[in-house]
Amino acid sequence: MSDPIPFRRTSPGAPGGVGRAVDVRRVVVVSAGLSDPSSTKLLADLLAEATTRVATERGAVVEVQHVELRALAHGLTDALLTGFASGEVAAAQAQVAAADAVVAVTPVFSASYSGLFKTFFDVLERGTLDGVPVLVAATAGTARHSLVLDHALRPLFSYLHAVVLPTGVFAASEDWAGGGADSALRTRIDRAAGELVDRLAGTRAPAERLDQFDRDVAAMGSFEDLLGG
Amino acid sequence: MEFGIFTVGDVTTDPTTGRTPTEHERIKATVEIARKAEEVGLDVVAVGQHHNPPFVASSPTTTMAYIGAQTERIKLSTSTTLITTTDPVRIAEDYATLQHLLDGRMDLMLGRGNTGPVYPWFGKDIREGIPLAIENYALLHRLWREENVDWQGRFRTPLQGFTATPRPLDGEAPFVWHGSIRSPEIAEQAAYYGDGFFSNHIFWPASHTARMVEFYRQRFEHHGHGRAEDAVVGLGGQVYLGRTHEQAVNEFRPYFDNAPVYGHGPSLEDFTRQTPLTVGTPAEVVERTLSFREYAGDYQRQLFLIDHAGVPLSTVLHQLDLLGEVVASLRNELGLAAVPTQTPAASASGSAA
Repeated sequence: MSDPIPFRRTSPGAPGGVGRAVDVRRVVVVSAGLSDPSSTKLLADLLAEATTRVATERGAVVEVQHVELRALAHGLTDALLTGFASGEVAAAQAQVAAADAVVAVTPVFSASYSGLFKTFFDVLERGTLDGVPVLVAATAGTARHSLVLDHALRPLFSYLHAVVLPTGVFAASEDWAGGGADSALRTRIDRAAGELVDRLAGTRAPAERLDQFDRDVAAMGSFEDLLGG
Repeated sequence: MEFGIFTVGDVTTDPTTGRTPTEHERIKATVEIARKAEEVGLDVVAVGQHHNPPFVASSPTTTMAYIGAQTERIKLSTSTTLITTTDPVRIAEDYATLQHLLDGRMDLMLGRGNTGPVYPWFGKDIREGIPLAIENYALLHRLWREENVDWQGRFRTPLQGFTATPRPLDGEAPFVWHGSIRSPEIAEQAAYYGDGFFSNHIFWPASHTARMVEFYRQRFEHHGHGRAEDAVVGLGGQVYLGRTHEQAVNEFRPYFDNAPVYGHGPSLEDFTRQTPLTVGTPAEVVERTLSFREYAGDYQRQLFLIDHAGVPLSTVLHQLDLLGEVVASLRNELGLAAVPTQTPAASASGSAA
């Protein structure tokens, strides 16, 4: 294959890491809790807080943004039906595309991630999570669902070419029995946050990631290559 | 700059009456719509090619020839001719025949087709969609330009000293547009040959269309066919017109809400904001259509979709009366002659020959 086709893009393209300090790392927390208060949102907040705290301890600066999918439910269905995202869904996708790392938290529905959670990643443009560290987390009413992390979330994000962190965080109702996260859950949260901060040091800037159109152009080579099959 | 309509030839139940036209009615309606389009002063009518229900448009050249015999001025085109599953030899023959019958009053738009099950009915595989489009057009391009073609490719029987008949009218191949929604390979193909590029436009946000068109323009210049701003660009559009904005919205909403492609999803208002769909008065459609130039640049062909989702023939014919007013205003705004004598696409075709 010959050199990639030169293409100077002047229209707005993929949202990149434009206009921020170089060493600030951006973490986007995607959570799919439905109720208020929701244990899923609670776990998402604890993971965000731990990430910020551990980063500060290690002299790094992390900016955390939250994407709550409940507010996007209608827009996500529209995106499924029309084939393109707009409005708040497009804005959330842009946030994820500009993230250095993602924390993904879902309630367990019928032994897997919720449909709302899956829909967000179904309509996310291919390649958005290429090489992106993802911390997976889930909540459920019983500890018997704990393998959902390894049987459902891990394969999903592996398929999306994300780098799934070794520690996932699962919280069942009993983990909140004391009115907050118990010490074992807090230990898991801190360990996962530590792994996330470690990974942030080595991530590529989001601006270097290509969106689908750029990737298609880069992959196609010259027209003579195409003619040659 | 040409203005026209394009249809996909769907047979869809009218959600306001529950009535479904027969295939016979739908096919004859296509002819009546085309005649009306000429009457109200449009430049182009494009018909589709599909091989599965609920579509009736499996034989575009038959329909085009019949329409051509019943009209005098309007140009006939396709939206689209399937370059993947149709033998390029048959495309060369059918459309060259049509070119003779219509005294050159035609062109065609090539598309891949995105219905997976159709491909194997013609011995093909949708996973080879792009290579099929590239190879088949490479052959079609030669068949119209070379009298004796030796050919060997991946997808069809080899040819030895083959001559496609009839030869194109006056030795000039029909003008070709390449239609695509999101494949840069097709924009590159159009640019490589100096052919037209048509962006479907109607089911996608403007930012997407802008990128595809810009890519095609740059590649058109790169391949030495002229300046990027002179590349031959066409855009789709979708309108529903009324004397008042409210009338248009109220009439179109049940069709929108139940449309096979986007129904039961976003609201009419959201979809109107997000895509080129415009529902309103002729003045509103004129203003919206002129705004396409802000991101697509000067372009050569604007086609509107007006007859899908079960909108009945009587309504489509009335829509055409209003669309005639829209097009007259657009020509006026753009400083174009009331009835173009020589279209940009036709002259581009002439210079490329």
